[in-house]
Amino acid sequence: MKHFYTSFYFHFDNMVAIVGYGAYVPRYRIKVEEIARMWGDDATSISRGLGINEKSVPAIDEDTATIAVEAARRAVKSAGIDAGEIGAIYVGSESHPYAVKPTATIVAEAIGATPYLTAADYEFACKAGTAGMQNCIALVKAGMIKYGMAIGADVAQAAPGDALEYTAAAGGAAYIIGKDGIATINETASFTTDTPDFWRREGQPYPGHGERFTGEPAYYRHITNAARLLMEKMGTKPSDYDYAIFHQPNGKFPRRVAKMLGFNDEQIKPGLLCPIIGNTYSGSAMLGLAATLDVAKAGDHIIMVSFGSGAGSDAFDITVTNAIESYPRQNIRKMIEKKEYVDYGLYMKYRGEI
Amino acid sequence: MMAVPRYWREIPARYNLIGKRCKICGNIYFPPRSICPVCRRKSVGQMEDYKLKGTGVVESYTVIHVPPPHFEGEEPYIMALIKLDEGTYVTGQIVECDEKEVHIGMRVRATFRKIMEDGEKGAIYYGYKFVKEE
Repeated sequence: MKHFYTSFYFHFDNMVAIVGYGAYVPRYRIKVEEIARMWGDDATSISRGLGINEKSVPAIDEDTATIAVEAARRAVKSAGIDAGEIGAIYVGSESHPYAVKPTATIVAEAIGATPYLTAADYEFACKAGTAGMQNCIALVKAGMIKYGMAIGADVAQAAPGDALEYTAAAGGAAYIIGKDGIATINETASFTTDTPDFWRREGQPYPGHGERFTGEPAYYRHITNAARLLMEKMGTKPSDYDYAIFHQPNGKFPRRVAKMLGFNDEQIKPGLLCPIIGNTYSGSAMLGLAATLDVAKAGDHIIMVSFGSGAGSDAFDITVTNAIESYPRQNIRKMIEKKEYVDYGLYMKYRGEI
Repeated sequence: MMAVPRYWREIPARYNLIGKRCKICGNIYFPPRSICPVCRRKSVGQMEDYKLKGTGVVESYTVIHVPPPHFEGEEPYIMALIKLDEGTYVTGQIVECDEKEVHIGMRVRATFRKIMEDGEKGAIYYGYKFVKEE
């Protein structure tokens, strides 16, 4: 079956590409030391253990919808397309503002893509956004739409005092998928199981997790399998890639999984944002890809692997095209540098906890 | 509190600053008007949608310390009268800006934010606010 796919992916009519991308990270930050001070933890060992210094915090009037809209607007502007030609919008998040009522319609209206399109929200913890990308790829390949937009955005929730509180952050990225653009998507592969590692029941304010940052059966197993399946389909090896992006629940896991697969630190460096913004959940791998595209050159070969909820990974094989040279890149790292620190009290207030 | 039908009706203006332009005199209006106060009856059927860019200059401002109930928790916050680059005026909140930093003549651009929530069970209302143009 795998070979069946590889046999015709180079066929021109089936070409799919990233036409544009946009990213947004809120301006506020809280340092690991500040959270550790609150709970009597040792900041140095937590910071070193998780490989994270600070995380982004949404403003009092920001949520997944506003972050998705900001990222989507930047993507449309940079791509220079007519938003009315977008035929599908999917927003992946574990923190949609409504339990029932799509975020995707808010985004569609705010970018002027309504009314002739299909739209839906996805939920698969941290990998819902890349699931949306795969759907857009399929719709474009099938000739059903000209452009599709996939967004991964979150204002991640964590119970006060929970280990997740050190990393649960806010941010998002939007991708416009079409026939040709700044980066060709050569192939995608997924690996999914029902591993109960991370969940939130209906009506509960915070997610729960099986074990603190479950590694082997969840993160490492799914990412390595999806990455290996993709490389098998493509006939590639880690050294064939200029850049790699792996989901970033903390700063340590992506480094370790890169090593396990045979990638080096230089390959993951441009896309590793977790140490400075935290885990933006559905935004995580997609923001990492955006930061990588910010520095990529024509011909660069990129692998991105997302991961969510203990239970699934989506891998993508991407080649940057000549069109990147004239694309108005946003410089995400520069946007992240514009920041303002808040203390734990303000953080709680902005999160609507008090 | 705002009724859901009113919010729905105003979505184009609130999300995307879509106002009206009189095809006769060229004047631009925001919020949208169905009749041009200059051309009056001649403007009937001559008012077209006009999307404002959302960039402009602070003409005047005030700092709210005692907000209405739906904005509690956001104080102190800045409300400003903004002269948009198209020449029309709009009132809006300026966020991510210190009250010591805001000044008349400051360049701003529109951003998309949550305006208010109708309690814990009701609708969430989104719309424009402004940030410093950088």
